[in-house]
Amino acid sequence: MVVPALFMLVASFLQRGPHGTLVGPPTLANYLRFFGLTEAGFDPLYLLILARSVFFALVVTLITLLLGYPLAFAIAQSRHKEALLLLVVLPFWTNFLIRIYAWIVIFQKKGVVNAFLGMLGLDPLTLYPSWFAVYTATVYTYLPFLVLPVFTAVERVDWTLHEAAQDLGAGRFRSFLHAVWPQTLPGVVAGVLLVFIPALGTFVISDLLGAGRVILIGNVIQQQFGVVRDWAFGSAAAYVLMGLVLLGLWLYARRAGEEGLDRLV
Amino acid sequence: MATESRKPPEGPPAVELKNVRKVFDSETVALDGVSLAVREGEFFSLLGPSGCGKTTLLRILGGFEVPDAGEVRIAGQDMKDVPPFHRPVNTVFQNYALFPHMNVFDNVAFGLRMKRLPEAQVRRRVEAMLELVQIADLARRRPHELSGGQKQRVALARALVNEPKVLLLDEPLGALDLKLRKELQIELMRLQMELKITFVYVTHDQEEALVMSDRMAVMRDGRIEQIGLPEELYERPRTPFVARFLGTSNLIEGRALEPHAIETPLGPLRVVAELTPGRDYLLSIRPEKLRLSRAPSGGPNEVRARVRDIVYTGAENQYILSAGELELIAYTLNADISEPGYEEYDYGEEVFVRLPPENLVVVGG
Repeated sequence: MVVPALFMLVASFLQRGPHGTLVGPPTLANYLRFFGLTEAGFDPLYLLILARSVFFALVVTLITLLLGYPLAFAIAQSRHKEALLLLVVLPFWTNFLIRIYAWIVIFQKKGVVNAFLGMLGLDPLTLYPSWFAVYTATVYTYLPFLVLPVFTAVERVDWTLHEAAQDLGAGRFRSFLHAVWPQTLPGVVAGVLLVFIPALGTFVISDLLGAGRVILIGNVIQQQFGVVRDWAFGSAAAYVLMGLVLLGLWLYARRAGEEGLDRLV
Repeated sequence: MATESRKPPEGPPAVELKNVRKVFDSETVALDGVSLAVREGEFFSLLGPSGCGKTTLLRILGGFEVPDAGEVRIAGQDMKDVPPFHRPVNTVFQNYALFPHMNVFDNVAFGLRMKRLPEAQVRRRVEAMLELVQIADLARRRPHELSGGQKQRVALARALVNEPKVLLLDEPLGALDLKLRKELQIELMRLQMELKITFVYVTHDQEEALVMSDRMAVMRDGRIEQIGLPEELYERPRTPFVARFLGTSNLIEGRALEPHAIETPLGPLRVVAELTPGRDYLLSIRPEKLRLSRAPSGGPNEVRARVRDIVYTGAENQYILSAGELELIAYTLNADISEPGYEEYDYGEEVFVRLPPENLVVVGG
């Protein structure tokens, strides 16, 4: 795990040589370029993409939470817990790319959704390529990563606390808020991190369902390593992203105090 | 303090149950037509072995279980369709159920804050309550930093601060060691008298119920076996179950010969109760009521027995006696050997056992 990361760290301070090789001398140019500080003046292109990606990941996380939290509760309290849990992890048994291509089949012009709309006599929608398709597929992909830790937390909830809160005059909602939600918080934090971090680096989904029109920071990095073969800049961009995530975690840990750190690990 | 509190308080019932029935999973009968009334200001205990329905009864009072049939009234109000958060009761849960993410102060303040009382008033009442249960210095601690006894005090304060009409306690001292339990028993009785709140106290510890209650009910298999003052239940059990569950009892079968005489394996015995001649009865007598002596005392109901075993418990000697085919247990106080009338008996020794008629109780027939 450490070796590729170290290699990239070194690479991020080098420069692109002919045919995509890495050459010296060491430089900060890659980082400066990412933050838009070029010889030609300030160009916030990459910062805007980064901001867009953060926004994207936040929205994806929020939607996943809104869908996944109740879902985890429903599963934990269902009689068919095992079967439902199996359904949640079932997608992992098929290839990730195939699942994303399946969304293309669903969303494309003559796809499943439009066929259904046609049956209802409605006009077809342009769902592919679109931000909508990218959001949908990303939420779909990362939903299990939120459901599973929340499910585990719900399973461990001490329901007598819920009774105690009601006994002390809290209605069902306030009892949930004060007695149940705090107990599930460790699961929520774990789930949110498991969704937010990969969503921030998404490139396959945005590439396939955005058909090149949806550019996220993940796509930028991937292009540097692939098409452009500027590994130095790609490494620098990746490290900026990583720094951002670590900064976020550090801020969270500091705010939550020691307890928050306990929850993170 | 004991005699004062033992007087059953007068007044309207704080809790009234009529024919309450509860069935789980359409087959397990948890409560089978329970009726009882708890008076205002009373310390009332529900005593019974696990699975007798006492906890279910308490949960019905708290609103956490809905009875399948029957009526529940608290402070004169019908509790049908009243959710837990609208009931004039508070509960001390078996495992305390303190909120782990809140400190002691916030735990105790919870109920008042749910009522949206002004924060200044919340602070005043919580502080007074913490003072009352003697944990004012722990206000900033989290539950996981407290000992079992301290948690118990927090749970108590959290419930009492709301000044409920009735406080429900579900085996609150069950998880504590003996010494602490005795301490908190006294503390609970003190609080109850000071605050004059009706207590409904669930326990499986017969001694605890005897010590603390104004009145108590012994439950078995979803039914109430007997309700009464602790001394009534102990001295005058009406069923063999109550006789055996509350302490130890010698049970003797027999057939009535006359209204006050009964033929038993020990021979004919005189009793105080009025019997129907020819009918079968079950008699009970407490081990400490048996009178042992080396020479016949000449009193009624004296039989011969042999000492088969001696159990020394410190405060008393327990003799296991064979009287014919019957086994009797007799306790004698371990008094000073120089005290007049004090005797100790040996293994295998032949003794005279007297069963005073006034202590022979009919528990079944």
